[in-house]
Amino acid sequence: MELFFKLAGMALFVLMLPIFYRLIAGPNAMDRILAVNVIGTKTTVLLVIIGMIFARVGMFVDFALAYALLNFIGSLAAARYYHQDRLRQERGAS
Amino acid sequence: MIILQITGAILVILGLVFFLGAAVGVVRFPDFYSRMHAAGKGDTLSTILMLLGIVCFLIADVPWAAVIHGDFSLLVEPILTSIKVLMIALLIMVTSPTSTHALMQAGYDSGIKPHLSEADDDSTPSDEETPTP
Repeated sequence: MELFFKLAGMALFVLMLPIFYRLIAGPNAMDRILAVNVIGTKTTVLLVIIGMIFARVGMFVDFALAYALLNFIGSLAAARYYHQDRLRQERGAS
Repeated sequence: MIILQITGAILVILGLVFFLGAAVGVVRFPDFYSRMHAAGKGDTLSTILMLLGIVCFLIADVPWAAVIHGDFSLLVEPILTSIKVLMIALLIMVTSPTSTHALMQAGYDSGIKPHLSEADDDSTPSDEETPTP
């Protein structure tokens, strides 16, 4: 069972690499924020899987919970920042 | 309890398959909005499926033979961990569509144009008007 979770974690990390490509090559800033959001959500799952590998899920699940909350707050803050940036530009132009 | 382990393995592998779909969509789709569509749906569903599979493994790990003989204190810690993992799944089920919606609205308000037809395929419109800071 530990081998299964090692394989699942490795597969999850390998599947994160295309999203790293979008993070580096994304045409504009919103694509990069999207990629960071997806990678953060998957890191939550990866933390729980690491806990299953070490047989210490009770400890790692708290890290995963905190990471999920911080990821949500960070992506909302970035979205809010770009929203207000556009509104400020419109107000300055008119 | 082998049935629970098989169910958990199937759920984790199904989550990986859905995340493969999300990753392919994020790389291959033409503009920001369709990438957002792939990322939001696939990411949420695969996360929930993988966490449910992990919960199945956690419940299968409980020494049920000792619990049936009356030693209920062995039941406390796995059930607490399972509830925490389910709370993470519930949190992601609420927050991932919320952040997807917020990012989508911020992208729309910052003037990213959707990729409408295949005729002007050479210059993707979302590449040009980039308010990149």
